[in-house]
Amino acid sequence: MEHYNMNLTLKVWKQKNAKAAGRFETYQVKGISSEMSFLEMFDVLNEQLIAEGKEPVAFDHDCREGICGMCSMYINGRAHGPWHHNTTCQLHMREYKDGDTIVVEPWRADAFPVIKDLVVNRNSFDHIVQAGGYISVNTGNAQDANSLPIEKQKADDSFAAAACIGCGACVAACPNASAMLFLSAKVAHLAYLPQGDVERKERVVNMVHQMDKEGFGSCTNIGACEAECPKGISLENIAKLNREYMVATFAGDR
Amino acid sequence: MPLNNRIPAGDLDTKWEKYKSTCKLVNPANKRSIEIIVIGTGLAGASAAASLGELGYKVKAFCFQDSPRRAHSIAAQGGINAAKNYQNDGDSVYRLFYDTIKGGDYRAREANVHRLAEVSGNIIDQCVAQGVPFAREYGGLLSNRSFGGTQVQRTFYAAGQTGQQLLIGAYQSLERQVALGNVTMYSRHEMLDIVKIDGKARGIIARNLVTGELERHFGHSVLICSGGYGNVFYLSTNAMGSNVTAAWKAHKQGAYFGNPCFTQIHPTCIPVSGDHQSKLTLMSESLRNDGRIWVPKKQNDSRKANEIPADERDYYLERRYPAFGNLVPRDVASRAAKERCDAGYGVGASKQAVYLDFAAAILRYGKIEVGKQGLEHVSEADIIKMGKEVVASKYGNLFEMYEKITGENPYEVPMRIYPAVHYTMGGLWVDYELMTTVPGLYALGEANFSDHGANRLGASALMQGLADGYFVIPYTIGNYLADEIRTKSIPTDHPAFVAAEKEVFDRINKLMNIKGTESVESLHKRLGKIMWDKCGMARNEKGLQEAIEEIRALKKEFWSNVRIPGEVNEFNPELDKANRVADFIELGELMCMDALNRNESCGGHFREEYQTEEGEALRQDDKFMYVAAWEYKGDSQFELHKEELVYDVVHPSARSYK
Repeated sequence: MEHYNMNLTLKVWKQKNAKAAGRFETYQVKGISSEMSFLEMFDVLNEQLIAEGKEPVAFDHDCREGICGMCSMYINGRAHGPWHHNTTCQLHMREYKDGDTIVVEPWRADAFPVIKDLVVNRNSFDHIVQAGGYISVNTGNAQDANSLPIEKQKADDSFAAAACIGCGACVAACPNASAMLFLSAKVAHLAYLPQGDVERKERVVNMVHQMDKEGFGSCTNIGACEAECPKGISLENIAKLNREYMVATFAGDR
Repeated sequence: MPLNNRIPAGDLDTKWEKYKSTCKLVNPANKRSIEIIVIGTGLAGASAAASLGELGYKVKAFCFQDSPRRAHSIAAQGGINAAKNYQNDGDSVYRLFYDTIKGGDYRAREANVHRLAEVSGNIIDQCVAQGVPFAREYGGLLSNRSFGGTQVQRTFYAAGQTGQQLLIGAYQSLERQVALGNVTMYSRHEMLDIVKIDGKARGIIARNLVTGELERHFGHSVLICSGGYGNVFYLSTNAMGSNVTAAWKAHKQGAYFGNPCFTQIHPTCIPVSGDHQSKLTLMSESLRNDGRIWVPKKQNDSRKANEIPADERDYYLERRYPAFGNLVPRDVASRAAKERCDAGYGVGASKQAVYLDFAAAILRYGKIEVGKQGLEHVSEADIIKMGKEVVASKYGNLFEMYEKITGENPYEVPMRIYPAVHYTMGGLWVDYELMTTVPGLYALGEANFSDHGANRLGASALMQGLADGYFVIPYTIGNYLADEIRTKSIPTDHPAFVAAEKEVFDRINKLMNIKGTESVESLHKRLGKIMWDKCGMARNEKGLQEAIEEIRALKKEFWSNVRIPGEVNEFNPELDKANRVADFIELGELMCMDALNRNESCGGHFREEYQTEEGEALRQDDKFMYVAAWEYKGDSQFELHKEELVYDVVHPSARSYK
């Protein structure tokens, strides 16, 4: 891969804290290598700002290998930027060319209030899991792992849903700021498995209720969530969630 | 104080059973008034917090990330070992125990490792019950694969995301306890000191990373589950926030630090591409099942990989270690790559890389497919196409990750890889009960030193984290807390809390008021370079002595010239980082002292003065069959204590992979 350097204009959302008004700030960065990751480009920007005696841009990041779900930038109108099935930390600068302007915003949703600059509070996701995103089994209660065979297809479907990294791109991408893809991935992960069967009705009802309480919007089947999901979580999970919810609320044996 | 490892008497295979049956218990009513603080929510912390909450203790859990689900255990790829013997291939508790002791180059404690092997099976049961979607066969039963350093298939996995799935399982159990009110979760909080009262750990000072406020929290006991310290090298496969701060504060409050120089350099990581590099990405050990590692036979060969004919390639692992070939353990593979690159045979722009080549595997799998499907007259291009599909089904996600980072397609050109810092076997010294040398202060998972000796085997870190949290601490902590039931919660206006908070406050203000010219990042990079060059894959006396001097000078510079922007009482990631780097600098010095003291080579610790004629590690069992446990005595002052390692069952011998 031929390597090249570039100069860029960045328009970045700056906001002192949750209460302050925010605004876009424009920065110039020079000599950015095409081999850098997008966040390494931000490292360069921040080092430059610190050297100039200015305040760096706050952004969330941790593993920088696409699995922790911490990074959360809205880049030129796309959650996690332009690459398919990708997190911000895995986006690399060879996507851009000299002279480009890049606009970077935080996730925008009422349920994800801004903490500072590009950092948002995603505790609402934890609250949804607390409402039922688990199987009630205390340590020490388990039987032998192979005493419960599970069809490979179901195990694979469950895994595909459980691959969600809880980053919130689905919410950020959705015009309604709905958390349906996140919620449905957790419901589906547990509903595909026999271990999840005992609590499946309560789980789905309680989790949906909690999602509404957190201030997420409604799902209108737009599909932006699936398109922007870095882990390819499928819309089929939402269909599965709706079935689970219907059965739980109309079956009458709750 | 002499070190007492509190290993129970009796035969190795009955110690744990006997301990569990005879340790003291805390009754359910008393558990409700006992508070436990857990620092870190990775596999060890989340499993401990959830299990202790289930038992009825009042738990407070802390993590610096925005959610406990993001702890770096999430990034573990390959799998988790367990002695289930589901494959009927001769596995047993003893074999897992033996492989781990041998893999650790005879520098781990027999009793701890045996217990780890004993509970390994329970972990898989527990995780399946929680709904962890492990890989399965068509019959619906669990699938296994094999990892380095073993001859059986005992590794359970969930694609290349085993750590993620196990952590989500523990996280869900943790959130259930939060919902039930047994655990209070403090995310975006960092522990900045341990509070001791009458010699016992009784709480912590934590900083709320959103508001910058300092908080005092009481606990009858404190558990450090904060992971490893690989980021002392700046570049590592750790997450950006992974740090030693909680463990280091514990150390400065009296917890000894065990074998700090034992670090694991993983052989297959994506190489550094330039000075801008912020972290390194691992390519799973499983790739060495099918990839062949080579460099050109000619020095400074500038041809592209595909232009170099087969007879001009040096498959150096196959050449040096015909018995194990590309599947030698991590420490051996890493040193061999360094040796070739240092000798001028490295590849890529930086010349600090070797090839990991899948061309042969693609061809082999393609031919197998042709045979399976009974096809005739198939062109080589079609065979390769079929082979690529097979390779994609095994390693697709890793190949995709490689391409995203490097922009190169590993199906067409060999991967370029180089060793990188990955895991730290050293950590807080703990006894059999996982208690440090401070009463009431425990260390679990990668944060302790106990189970992996001088080199950890693949797929054993997840096993140890969950063993400690799910199946060890729920028993051993009761043995301590049974004597604490009369201790009422201590109000946090106690003078010890006031004094500890003042110390933290003063230190933060001191840092903020330096107002120098150099950024935290830049000072951290300089520390990393010293550590990597002189306390990395190969170490020698002169280099280590130089490193100690250089680190002391760097410490002075840090405390007189660091520049931290922003304010104390706000969200300030640069200040968080400064707190961590200040501790890494102190730890780095101790690591070099430990490496200098250990005049032998073992596992990941390679002292150039101690090697065989063929360049293999040379242990000095008569002098160094001990755990080096360092006591903090003041600035740059550490006293060495030794815990002799006694092998009752396994007989240490030289590891050979030839």
